[in-house]
Amino acid sequence: MKLDPKIPDGPLAEKWDRCRFANRLVNPANKRKYEILVVGTGLAGASAAATLGELGYNVKSFCIQDSPRRAHSIAAQGGINAAKNYQNDGDSIFRLFYDTIKGGDFRAREANVYRLAQVSNNIIDQCVAQGVPFAREYGGTLANRSFGGAQVSRTFYARGQTGQQLLFGAYSALMRQVAAGKVTIFPRREMMDLVLIDGQARGIVCRNLVTGELERYCGHAVVLATGGYGNAYFLSTNAMASNVTAAWRAYKKGAGFANPSFVQIHPTCIPVHGDYQSKLTLMSESLRNDGRVWVPKKKGDNRPPQDIPEEDRDYYLERKYPSFGNLVPRDVASRNAKEVCDQGKGVGETGLAVYLDFRDAINRDGLDVILRKYGNLFHMYEKITAQDPSVQPMMIYPAVHYTMGGLWVDYNLMSTIPGLFVLGEANFSDHGANRLGASALMQGLADGYFIVPYTIGNYLAEAGSGPLTVDHDAYSESEREVGRRLEALLANRTAGKKGLRTVADFHRRLGQILWDYCGMARNREGLEKALSLIPALREEFWDRVTVPGSGQELNQSLERAGRVADFMEFAEILVQDALARGESCGCHLREESQTEENEALRDDEHYSHVSVWAYSGEGKPAQMHKEPLVFENVRPSQRSYK
Amino acid sequence: MAAREISLNLKIWRQENQGKKGTFENYRLEKINSNMSFLEMIDVLNEKLTREGREPVAFDHDCREGICGMCGAVVDGIAHGPEKATTLCQLHMRHFRDGQTLTIEPFRARAFPIIRDLVVDRSAFDRIIQAGGFISVNTGSAPDANAIPVAQTKAELAMDAAACIGCGACVAACPNASAMLFVGAKISQLALLPQGGPEREKRALSMVRAMDREGFGNCSNERECEAVCPKSISIRNIARLNREFVRASLFSDENE
Ligand SMILES: Cc1cc2nc3c(=O)[nH]c(=O)nc-3n(C[C@H](O)[C@H](O)[C@H](O)COP(=O)(O)OP(=O)(O)OC[C@H]3O[C@@H](n4cnc5c(N)ncnc54)[C@H](O)[C@@H]3O)c2cc1C
Ligand code: SF4
Ligand code: FES
Repeated sequence: MKLDPKIPDGPLAEKWDRCRFANRLVNPANKRKYEILVVGTGLAGASAAATLGELGYNVKSFCIQDSPRRAHSIAAQGGINAAKNYQNDGDSIFRLFYDTIKGGDFRAREANVYRLAQVSNNIIDQCVAQGVPFAREYGGTLANRSFGGAQVSRTFYARGQTGQQLLFGAYSALMRQVAAGKVTIFPRREMMDLVLIDGQARGIVCRNLVTGELERYCGHAVVLATGGYGNAYFLSTNAMASNVTAAWRAYKKGAGFANPSFVQIHPTCIPVHGDYQSKLTLMSESLRNDGRVWVPKKKGDNRPPQDIPEEDRDYYLERKYPSFGNLVPRDVASRNAKEVCDQGKGVGETGLAVYLDFRDAINRDGLDVILRKYGNLFHMYEKITAQDPSVQPMMIYPAVHYTMGGLWVDYNLMSTIPGLFVLGEANFSDHGANRLGASALMQGLADGYFIVPYTIGNYLAEAGSGPLTVDHDAYSESEREVGRRLEALLANRTAGKKGLRTVADFHRRLGQILWDYCGMARNREGLEKALSLIPALREEFWDRVTVPGSGQELNQSLERAGRVADFMEFAEILVQDALARGESCGCHLREESQTEENEALRDDEHYSHVSVWAYSGEGKPAQMHKEPLVFENVRPSQRSYK
Repeated sequence: MAAREISLNLKIWRQENQGKKGTFENYRLEKINSNMSFLEMIDVLNEKLTREGREPVAFDHDCREGICGMCGAVVDGIAHGPEKATTLCQLHMRHFRDGQTLTIEPFRARAFPIIRDLVVDRSAFDRIIQAGGFISVNTGSAPDANAIPVAQTKAELAMDAAACIGCGACVAACPNASAMLFVGAKISQLALLPQGGPEREKRALSMVRAMDREGFGNCSNERECEAVCPKSISIRNIARLNREFVRASLFSDENE
């Protein structure tokens, strides 16, 4: 596998300009001769499809949900970063770049992250012009807040619904192009395979989720914006349909998969409370601005929190990290919560929770002030748990939230398969080993509005607008393979086998393996154990899974089974990648790699690279390739929050 | 979080596809943890049906956080169930009694054909937005975001309207199956912001026409929509839509 990141020459600040200038352009009149398939309608996919339509390309847009407006991006709460420096507090493109690359623990490319910071400002302009109702000051200018421990106020937000409002902006732009006849939407479709012709991405095979039919679509290029794979862990903050299928199918057709073990575990989620639970709910990280995290000092102290006096409480973040306190980054907060719970000091019915207490903030500022800031979050918490955080502390626990890993792309966002572009959370490009708050929305929209519309032209100009057809053996072959897999999923039940188990059973077990052995803290022994458990579970899955119904109808069990089947395969490279990375970095602690004070220890000498996994055939081990990371403008420093 | 366990009798609408006739079927569930969400309760039913070799109930859902607008069903005659301002996925079983019988059926409206069981086709909403629920600004042509100040009160009202999740409960609750609350919310958001100004008349006329074309009914001020809306979208938005429509009909040069 050849990994040429195609980073343009020249000083950091000029690279993107130089790239745009060097790119070939498609003549405006010729754009209509090209067909582009865009899979996914989250921030990345919807913004790309709309912009490509505006430019004159013919676009087909696909999503699993019944409408493009429902993509998982809609759930993002906190906000979106940009280097506008409207607050005049010293922000700049370079500072946003630096914070993001440092936040990612120096495991991302300088050039990509710098470009992200550069276009961040255009994103805000575009969204405001679309009618996104961002929060404003009395004077009518845009409001900002500081988020995720940033020292400047650069986060734009729309109440606790920023993702929703940004997505509606992109969706409305998309709908406008549908009306203009430039984009056709195909909702309730699931991409099941990528079709290559002469080594280039030329089409996809989808399952129509209403009729069950397999459908063929062809294009001069394919854009994947299919989101992250956090649901491999079963419980996560992701939406139920979030999956790795599209990316995994591309991987099996030759796309490299980068850093699959970089998974972010968010510290403030509502804890698990029963085995019926289907997902975890995020409580915005902004709560840590005023809430104090603590557990009882004594193990097994099960007094109600309000009866535990000050001297019996351990405000462990404030104690261990006096200068950052409760505002330590996500990974540090998550790891410490796990640590105190592992010591038996966790609270709640399961012992897997810590308190996030607003008592002191309420005494200091008054309930009014606190409710004005967090009222909607308190309300949401109360709806789910039936407890009022203004009376009793919240209980929180870390949960899988975001996946920094994804398909490898070069500076042009093209994967190792020519003609296959990957955007948003589905690619690996900008967040290194840890994503900072409010930067995923920024990246999704940067990729979709401002980057791929330029870089795809360069590819298309070279590849040409030759005729397309779905009457090619590659489609029949792919369809046969997809059909065979679907039948295999249905076969156990049709054959009347006994002792079958449901898809959810298997998914839960896979998630438990990943969570136990490849979660916040990992070690060689555990990872090796996971590598023996996963193939065994996969075998059992194919042998014992029961999927009701048929393939020729709306069949949600079958949809889910297909996604879980892919998670079962993917989980193996996730764990292999974790094993191969012998350092702690970003979101994960590798137990063999820590300082004397038990803090994460990064190892730049051996691991300053992107790990890229390549498929090498069914039953054969995946091959790991490395893209070295070169830092010319910043010096990788060890993070310290003491 | 002291949990109870309850048992339930469920009457659920089963329909194989759009062409087939549907009927209610009865199910019994025991030991439902009162901390479960309503959709988790249906998950439990579906796991049970799957283990028994029967067909699980199809229902739409995705975020399970009350924001994507994908879920929804009518529970005992109320769209999204008995809790005010709550989507079905955020409704919890602690609000139900032990031994209670619940009738669960899909959102019904001429413009929302049933696809299977509780799953309906709401693509009419997308087509209404295509008719004008946007501001025509190509990527790259926007002025600086602070170039046009927007009064905070206006921005907040626009945000109130923009919170609509497009779930369709308002249509399901309306005796006329009207989509006025949904359309009113989008028209209001864009009419309240200066950015929406240039296309204001065209938008109002065109979205209302699309709504009629899709087979949604008229509004006769029943206020059922507002009562079930999980995002508390106010019917003031319908009043604003009516004003916008009249204004557009009077002043638009499109109207010739
Ligand atoms: C609860 C929560 C809160 C968050 N808050 C923030 C925040 O405040 N700020 C921030 O910056 N980030 C936040 N994030 C992260 C951010 O929301 C996501 O990373 C981002 O929205 C992903 O966007 P996307 O366009 O890449 O993919 P998604 O929005 O996940 O969209 C994926 C799309 O692909 C489609 N798709 C997937 N697979 C297939 C397939 N096989 N076939 C066809 N279609 C397919 C789906 O239907 C969907 O349309 C949050 C995440 C969560 C879970
Ligand atoms: S107005 Fe309310 S009920 Fe109607 S679609 Fe929007 S959120 Fe749903
Ligand atoms: S599942 Fe998203 S709103 Fe209910």
